[in-house]
Amino acid sequence: MTKQITASDINAHDKELLNDLQDALANCMKCGNCMAVCPIYKETSKESSVARGKLALMEAVLNGTLPISAGFDTAMAKCLNCKSCTFKCPCGVKADELILRGRQAAVKSRGLHPIKKNVFRLLRNRQLFDFALKMGGTFGPLTFKKIPGKMAAVSRFPMPGMDAKRATAPISSSPLRSQYPEVIKVANPKFKAAFFTGCTINYMYTDVGESVINVLKENDVEVVIPGTQHCCGTPVYVSGDVDLAKEMAKKTIETFEKFNVDYIIGACGSCTEALKEYPHWLHDDKEWHARAEKLAKKTFEISEFLVDVLDFRKDTLGPVNATVTMHDPCHMVRGLKITKQPREVLKAIPGLKFVEMKDCDRCCGSGGSFSLANYDLSRQINDKKVANIANTKADIVATSCGTCRMHIQDGILQNDMNQDVVHTVQLLDRAYKAGKSK
Amino acid sequence: MQTTQIEALKKIVGQDHVLTTPEDLYTYSYDATPGHAHMPDAVVIPGTTQEVSEIMKFANENKIPVYTRGSGTNLSAGTVPTKGGIVLLMTRFNKIEEVDLENLVATVQVGVIVSDLNDEVAKNGLIYPPDPGTVATATLGGTISENAGGLRGLKYGVSKHYVMGLEVVLANGDILKTGGKNVKDVSGYDMTKLFTGAEGTLGVLTKAIVKLVPAPEAKKSMMAIFKDLDDAGRAVSGIVAAKIIPATLEIMDNATIRTVDDYAKIGLPLDAEAILLIEVDGIPEVVEKEATKVMEVLKSNNAAEVQIAKTDAERDQLWAARRAALPALAKLRPTTYVEDATVPRSQVPAFLKAVKEISARNNVTIGTFGHAGDGNMHPTIVCDLRNKEEMERVYKAMDEMFKAAVELNGTLSGEHGIGLGKLPWMEYQHGTQGMNAMKAIKRALDPNLILNPGKLVGEC
Ligand SMILES: Cc1cc2nc3c(=O)[nH]c(=O)nc-3n(C[C@H](O)[C@H](O)[C@H](O)COP(=O)(O)OP(=O)(O)OC[C@H]3O[C@@H](n4cnc5c(N)ncnc54)[C@H](O)[C@@H]3O)c2cc1C
Ligand code: SF4
Ligand code: SF4
Ligand code: SF4
Repeated sequence: MTKQITASDINAHDKELLNDLQDALANCMKCGNCMAVCPIYKETSKESSVARGKLALMEAVLNGTLPISAGFDTAMAKCLNCKSCTFKCPCGVKADELILRGRQAAVKSRGLHPIKKNVFRLLRNRQLFDFALKMGGTFGPLTFKKIPGKMAAVSRFPMPGMDAKRATAPISSSPLRSQYPEVIKVANPKFKAAFFTGCTINYMYTDVGESVINVLKENDVEVVIPGTQHCCGTPVYVSGDVDLAKEMAKKTIETFEKFNVDYIIGACGSCTEALKEYPHWLHDDKEWHARAEKLAKKTFEISEFLVDVLDFRKDTLGPVNATVTMHDPCHMVRGLKITKQPREVLKAIPGLKFVEMKDCDRCCGSGGSFSLANYDLSRQINDKKVANIANTKADIVATSCGTCRMHIQDGILQNDMNQDVVHTVQLLDRAYKAGKSK
Repeated sequence: MQTTQIEALKKIVGQDHVLTTPEDLYTYSYDATPGHAHMPDAVVIPGTTQEVSEIMKFANENKIPVYTRGSGTNLSAGTVPTKGGIVLLMTRFNKIEEVDLENLVATVQVGVIVSDLNDEVAKNGLIYPPDPGTVATATLGGTISENAGGLRGLKYGVSKHYVMGLEVVLANGDILKTGGKNVKDVSGYDMTKLFTGAEGTLGVLTKAIVKLVPAPEAKKSMMAIFKDLDDAGRAVSGIVAAKIIPATLEIMDNATIRTVDDYAKIGLPLDAEAILLIEVDGIPEVVEKEATKVMEVLKSNNAAEVQIAKTDAERDQLWAARRAALPALAKLRPTTYVEDATVPRSQVPAFLKAVKEISARNNVTIGTFGHAGDGNMHPTIVCDLRNKEEMERVYKAMDEMFKAAVELNGTLSGEHGIGLGKLPWMEYQHGTQGMNAMKAIKRALDPNLILNPGKLVGEC
């Protein structure tokens, strides 16, 4: 049994934080509108898994009715941070953020889930992380059974926190950042842009990173890939360890300040959103807040950059003959509100037939590290997505987030289907290449 | 409840379908009604009618209170387990068993979400008309038990007009069937109607046979702005007097207009006393004709401005104001009471004036919107439950409001039900005799008073 920490313990600890939390919670009128959209509630039909229930539990903890217990922790953990509830809420309750605050309280009083604890210890230390993943890459063939033709493999040995059945992307034997120089020059640069690779692209989906670089070069953008960049901090932040997340944000800001670039480009909804949200993370520190604002203003998601800033080249595009559908990652659609731009990218490609799937913006069930701890539940949510993909008869699924790509690809394999899941920018890269071989 | 009793329940429904952790129990202590909460002893989630029957038998023998729950979106504390005991969660009853196209009826388990039923029957060009604001979350069982209505109430009525038959488990565990697929059915007391709107006090519904109607082929929406409330009232009566029954005829008062515009910035006239929103539906030619006539009535009653939607996008725009009414009001303050007092439609202006006075007199913020066509008003009180002094004023305003409605020959509820929330005024509306008759029915069907005790008819 863990020691039960009560509301009064926390109150003594964090009075101010809790007061404004209480006000925010009181705004929930318990109307239940969030039930209609919460992917987890749809599977469990249990009140403790919908936003209304989770907020009620936080209220109970704050008013002293319930202690912060393992049960509270579990309820808070059952959230994909997909923001659907917040979008639906008629009262403007930012339920997703409040649930993170609930996690934060749980972390403070009970410490992190043991699996996540290990992962985060890695994330905190970049060298260690690099090393661990490089080992994984070098010995990749040992730890991962390859599935032919696809960027996917089934983990052969149980990995910490990973379900044995789960298909993941093989960890690259050499991370993206070690494959490229820090500065990639072009003949007549229009802009100089830094590429925030994020962890998934750097270590797993190096193919996405390659495409981002190719596409930027094709559009006369000089690319800088700061070698000392690190994880954006999102997984740590959403798990409730806000202090560590802030530390990571500051590291990122420092790193990118060293390069005098016009823009910072991300190719993952979550990372890009994190960079744009740093001012919010660091709101209580005047100096860092200002520096975060500067960084945030320069930050763009790749398709947003291609369409809104660059007006990307279309004259050199060759055909990609495929039927493609799109999954909108939660942090793209509800976080960054970027949905038109990736579609414009695809629709510009000759030969490509674009079909919308039903509920394209519904969470795929990955939720970052959520699927590590709740694999079966996240699979059920994903099966709905996969069924919608099947209905489109598409042969490729495009998306803009590494973890979504991994989770959907896993779902496709588990359902004995054979679609490929790629980042939107990879299809554009393919089209430019097709243009060259014409 | 004792541990042995919990074990007995687990035997009936299986280990996984009985929730007892403090966290789980806490999340079934409330519903969408502010100011009421109480912990149950167990949440039991049956999967079959047989299991419901066994649970009821057990609860009845042991005199354990049972509160049936769908999605818990009701606004009358109908699912709050005020005396502890069992919350009977019906969400596993989630199958649409049959859509019978020859008889235009569907047989549906009670845990099905209303909009899921609508999506299913829409494939055949049909609708199930009751559409509360919560269609996307409320269950069929909950809507039938609350006799829920919605925006289309004027033309299409409320739940009771669509429930043709029920499967019900009584307090003692007996399973009975009422009604059926017959369009005409006068065999015996109308038990179907009795259980419809009973708010879980007379039995547990497990299955319903509901009537479906053809989806209207066309719709047309209009909006009119009135500087004078009485003109708006006359326009409402005028439309009906012109023998047009719109699907929807909504009103928003000045307080709501101001709040909505402040929130959604859609450029509504802040000095208007009322806005009417009207939608006619049906066969395209008839819709055209009726729309023209409605426009004439609106103009002849001094509408300052009248708009008609020509496209779907314009229709959406017109409806934006009405859709924003509740969210806009709800965002003003932490606590929101969506009340449901209803008056004969000719009394709508009188009632709105009364509410305005009550609001000013008690210094309480009330915005009123609602279904003018059927007299079903939703005076919405926004306040802060944590402020004692303010709440006293709020309760006083509520008291005056419900009495005003009854005095105008109205009723306490048009669609949200009584539950606990409106219990204090029941006798005021129905008199001692009326209450006695209702209590007699309650005692006859539930002699141990275990089903949703203390609600709707109060203690008996
Ligand atoms: C924002 C908002 C807007 C709303 N708008 C409308 C509206 O426009 N029109 C309207 O009519 N209502 C409206 N409501 C009220 C509410 O949505 C309805 O009362 C709805 O019918 C409740 O359905 P539910 O499944 O949530 O039932 P619950 O709240 O779970 O239960 C409602 C009652 O039915 C009983 N019950 C539930 N299931 C059964 C069963 N199987 N057998 C026996 N008894 C049962 C319960 O004991 C309780 O008394 C609104 C509510 C909110 C929060
Ligand atoms: S979080 Fe929002 S949508 Fe959910 S119950 Fe509360 S007020 Fe309603
Ligand atoms: S963020 Fe998503 S998963 Fe979390 S409570 Fe809201 S809707 Fe549910
Ligand atoms: S959000 Fe995910 S992909 Fe982005 S940097 Fe963090 S861990 Fe990597």
